[in-house]
Amino acid sequence: MFEIFGIPSQALFGQLLLGLINGSFYALLSLGLAVIFGMLNIINFTHGAQYMMGAFTAYLMLQYLGLNYWVALVVAPLVIGALGIVIERLFLQHVRKLDHLYGLILTFGLALIIEGLFRNYYGSSGQPYQIPDALLGGRNLGFMFLPNYRAWVIVFSLAVCLATWFAIERTRLGSYLRAATENPTMVRAFGINVPRMVMLTYGFGVALAALAGVMAAPIYNVSPQMGSDLIIVVFAVVVIGGMGSIMGAIVTGFVLGIVEGLTKVFFPEASSTVIFVIMVIVLLVRPAGLFGRSA
Amino acid sequence: MEHVADPIVVQARRERSTTFIVAFLGMTALLAFAPFVLYPVFLMQVLCFALFACAFNLLIGYVGLVSFGHALYFGWAAYVSAYAAKGWGLQPELAILIGTAAAAALGVIAGWVAIRRQGIYFAMITLALAQMMYFVALRAKFTGGEDGIQDVPRGRLFGYFDLSHEMTMYAFVVIVFLAAFLFIYRIINSPFGEVLKAIRENEQRAISLGYKTEHYKLVAFVLSAALAGLAGAVKALVFQLASLTDVHWTMSGDVVLMTLLGGLGTVFGPVVGALGVVTMQNYLAPFGQWVLVMQGVIFVVCVLAFRRGIVGELAAALRIRL
Repeated sequence: MFEIFGIPSQALFGQLLLGLINGSFYALLSLGLAVIFGMLNIINFTHGAQYMMGAFTAYLMLQYLGLNYWVALVVAPLVIGALGIVIERLFLQHVRKLDHLYGLILTFGLALIIEGLFRNYYGSSGQPYQIPDALLGGRNLGFMFLPNYRAWVIVFSLAVCLATWFAIERTRLGSYLRAATENPTMVRAFGINVPRMVMLTYGFGVALAALAGVMAAPIYNVSPQMGSDLIIVVFAVVVIGGMGSIMGAIVTGFVLGIVEGLTKVFFPEASSTVIFVIMVIVLLVRPAGLFGRSA
Repeated sequence: MEHVADPIVVQARRERSTTFIVAFLGMTALLAFAPFVLYPVFLMQVLCFALFACAFNLLIGYVGLVSFGHALYFGWAAYVSAYAAKGWGLQPELAILIGTAAAAALGVIAGWVAIRRQGIYFAMITLALAQMMYFVALRAKFTGGEDGIQDVPRGRLFGYFDLSHEMTMYAFVVIVFLAAFLFIYRIINSPFGEVLKAIRENEQRAISLGYKTEHYKLVAFVLSAALAGLAGAVKALVFQLASLTDVHWTMSGDVVLMTLLGGLGTVFGPVVGALGVVTMQNYLAPFGQWVLVMQGVIFVVCVLAFRRGIVGELAAALRIRL
């Protein structure tokens, strides 16, 4: 046990760890938002609700079907992603050609419906979700205690983020995707089914949110409003990073999580506002965002 | 360049202002008659939200700026005027004035930051700024945190009219609402308003014509924030309460819903929308979270099938402008 700037190392690294975990959720969510915005030209306000539904799917699967965390980690993103595809087919495809405003309002309305329904049946209080047996406990690193589950969340989300980056920036499918973002008409002319690609992209972005939700379930309580407050912070993260770059979204997410964690240690009063303050500073200095292309 | 009045334009403008005068007088008559049928507190609630929605509509309907954080001005003006009336013991007209000025000042800062980005980013930035100030309201001492500021005295208007009398308060709210409504109508139909509409239609074109669009947008933003603040300040006196509900993002969502339901970019739409949404919230209140679901459904229906809103559809059917 030692001290840094008068703060016990245990507290400092503990908050840093929590910051990294929040950062990995920011990264996963802003990544999904960026991918969806690129293809659909829609800011997906439902993203927070879909993250919440991911956590609830894990909770319900354990509660009623006895299916454990590892099954939920695979099934929940698939189920919620499929639900996302239904939403895209039923609603979103009709507003793509309209002003951005309508996509935002439509997805906001969908988020209200989903959150209202869940609150109706599960109330506002959170439901606990157990850490899977294999990841119980932790290890002492000398300067801090590292719970296994938290280490897993950070490593796994980083892996998912990097895999997504690789798929979009380095594979053939990813190049179709990027081309369709730039010029959908031209890509269609080459015989690629762009509407289907748009649909699957939305499903994929939503699945990322659901995956983050499953991972968040054992750390935070599973509650209907867990997504709505988070999504506004993620919007600020997206404004800071700019939606033009995949790697930018990932880096910004993790870094802001760490900054938020450190603020909790050194200046706790500002911990809930620090990301918004950073957003204001970035807007004043670099209006297009850290990784954004100027409009 | 000499301006020659085109007879067709003059004719259209005259018809438009006749429709406005008829509709406005109709609304005034309804407001004079309504408290004998409906609860004055309910009507005052509708009027405060109607003013809030009209202020919001000034931005979204006439400049094309989507502010998703208008609760910031509404709620903070409510806090400031409630504190001025209770903490400092100021007269109601001064309390409202200070609350409105605070909202305008916040509008200057937030607008200055937010208009650096356009379109969807503008919406996200305004939402994030409002959320930041929500957390400030949660932490600050003077806002009373979770309790809010309760038992705000209504006081005596100009030291003479006792606002604790329900009908006097109602008359005051009606006068404030009608004055602000006419003020907004005047803005929209002024040369300044024409430039705002030009920015909404094609900002690049407006820039190329030599307009400093950022200045126009900022002024419109501050006007909208101040009027939203006026609504919040009056609301704080009507309910004698300023609370976290007023600054929460759901409040920002409510005002979008009212404006959309009534009709974006119509003068009377936000009033009708506010009436609809407040009525629904009151009647559905016993059903708990179904209010949220219902609001979500209205959003979805409005966007997919009903983008002109109630007043917009009505105006289109009657071939007039409302």
